[in-house]
Amino acid sequence: MIEGAAMSQHNERIRFENVSKVFDTDNGSIQVAEDVSFGVGDGEFVSLVGPSGCGKTTMLNMVAGFMQPTTGSVLLDGNPIQGPGSERGMMFQDYGVFPWLSVEDNIAFGLRLRANRVSEARRKEIVDHFVELMGLTEFRRAYPKTLSGGMRQRLALARSYAVNPEFLLMDEPFGALDAQTRTAMQDLLLNVMGEVRKTVMLITHSVEEALYLSSRILVISARPSRIRRIIEVPFGFPRTAELRDSAAFADLRSEVRELVMQEYAAQESQARQKQTTGQA
Amino acid sequence: MGAESSTPRPSRRPFGRAGATALRIAHFLGPWALILALWYGVRYSGFFEASLIPTPVQVASRLWEMLIGGDLAWDMYMSTQRVFLGVILGTACAVPVGFLLGWYKGLRSFMDPLINFFRALPPIALIPLVIVYFGIGESAKVIILFYAAFFASVIVMYEGISQISPLYIRVAQTLGASDSEIFRKVIIPLAVPHALTALRVALGVAWATLVAAELVAAQQGLGAVIQDASAYFQLDTIYMGIICIGFIALAMDVALRRLTRRALVWQERND
Ligand SMILES: Nc1ncnc2c1ncn2[C@@H]1O[C@H](COP(=O)(O)OP(=O)(O)OP(=O)(O)O)[C@@H](O)[C@H]1O
Ligand SMILES: [Mg+2]
Repeated sequence: MIEGAAMSQHNERIRFENVSKVFDTDNGSIQVAEDVSFGVGDGEFVSLVGPSGCGKTTMLNMVAGFMQPTTGSVLLDGNPIQGPGSERGMMFQDYGVFPWLSVEDNIAFGLRLRANRVSEARRKEIVDHFVELMGLTEFRRAYPKTLSGGMRQRLALARSYAVNPEFLLMDEPFGALDAQTRTAMQDLLLNVMGEVRKTVMLITHSVEEALYLSSRILVISARPSRIRRIIEVPFGFPRTAELRDSAAFADLRSEVRELVMQEYAAQESQARQKQTTGQA
Repeated sequence: MGAESSTPRPSRRPFGRAGATALRIAHFLGPWALILALWYGVRYSGFFEASLIPTPVQVASRLWEMLIGGDLAWDMYMSTQRVFLGVILGTACAVPVGFLLGWYKGLRSFMDPLINFFRALPPIALIPLVIVYFGIGESAKVIILFYAAFFASVIVMYEGISQISPLYIRVAQTLGASDSEIFRKVIIPLAVPHALTALRVALGVAWATLVAAELVAAQQGLGAVIQDASAYFQLDTIYMGIICIGFIALAMDVALRRLTRRALVWQERND
């Protein structure tokens, strides 16, 4: 019923329709999604939370167009997704900053492609804007090898943003960062989102991060993965750092954490069972 | 971010500037001093008859004689030219072929046995065939060098290409790159380091094959010098020829490495 309310506010852009995904490997097949259905509305910020290996990256890959579901379909504005496109920007778990390009050329990369070509003056304007916004001014001519992890992360964000995608697909974008940098990056993301609203799917292991950033959280179960719970985050946008310290935030956080912990525990006991039966 | 610590660090040069220069020179000359010491050591150890091992001084004076009085400079030029041609042609073919093999896994598993078969054949064994089909002219020698350069570098190239991370291609795709844009703007930059390594390997192998190539009725060239000398048992000339080959190969490698480093400033490396 909560989902119904959300849908009436937003017009739905992405839809998972009875999606199952099976990987055939040398050690037999793994089912990573089983009959998953959900929708993401326009301008929504949806987080996917769930135990490691449950298939979060796989789901994002299907939206990005790198993989097809085994059965069911993933729809973009009602049409099955065939392949990658520049309207769906992806931020990968390990950055994917181009090492052979300087910071500014990394940001400009997408703007030089035929798909989103802009005039040179406009390109320079956009690059300048993001270099400054991401705090990379000193390093604009540097190569990525001289950047810290947090700076690479910001660069990847700037590069995605420069081509102004309608969707941002983010795979644990802040996973490798220390707590302080991580908080700063979350606020930066909220800031940037405040400028131009986008439809976002974010994978994270941090309940706190999911609550702070998203409008909805999908809790995914251990394999074979299903949507275990959908949590509407009741806080409005724009959000500020005070939200983190509020009592309502803390309550919801412990509630969601509890739920997620159950799933992580379920996965662990599953793994242990498999181990003991394997040894027998 | 990027703020330097203001506490003075202990100097990394305990001996000062002059000391550092001396250290650098020692570092540069050290290996050569070591090899000279070994050379003298073997010569005076009595393992071999002393007349069978010319001293470095004898070899150096031989070098001087042949440079001033003989055609040594011309021989060096001829050999360098042959190696250069063999390497350029060999790498020019190996880079696209290696690229295709690295990129298309099916093609690779199909061609792999053939490549390894031909790669294992010693160029010397091919000389009779090369003479039959290409005569004894300049082209026969270059073909042997080409053969060696090609098979050594094609493997370097395809191993490198097959290890290119698909991540960058995916990133480019999500930014809207077409297949041809991905090729020009992602794959080529990632292939350049491997092509340069392939070139370097080809150069080394070609110098190592030079003497074999110049077995094909060569009148000039360092390989020919060595062979002539061996016919007359001129050990000092043989040593000198070998050392010349080594030094020219070393110089070309150093030059190529410099060039590579300049062209690939973006690479992370630990040196
Ligand atoms: N291309 C593939 N071929 C075979 N198996 C795969 C492939 N991609 C993923 N898998 C398997 O599918 C399962 C889910 O992988 P996925 O990367 O989607 O997990 P995840 O939820 O993103 O995990 P994490 O939180 O650790 O990143 C894993 O068991 C993985 O081994
Ligand atoms: Mg993942």
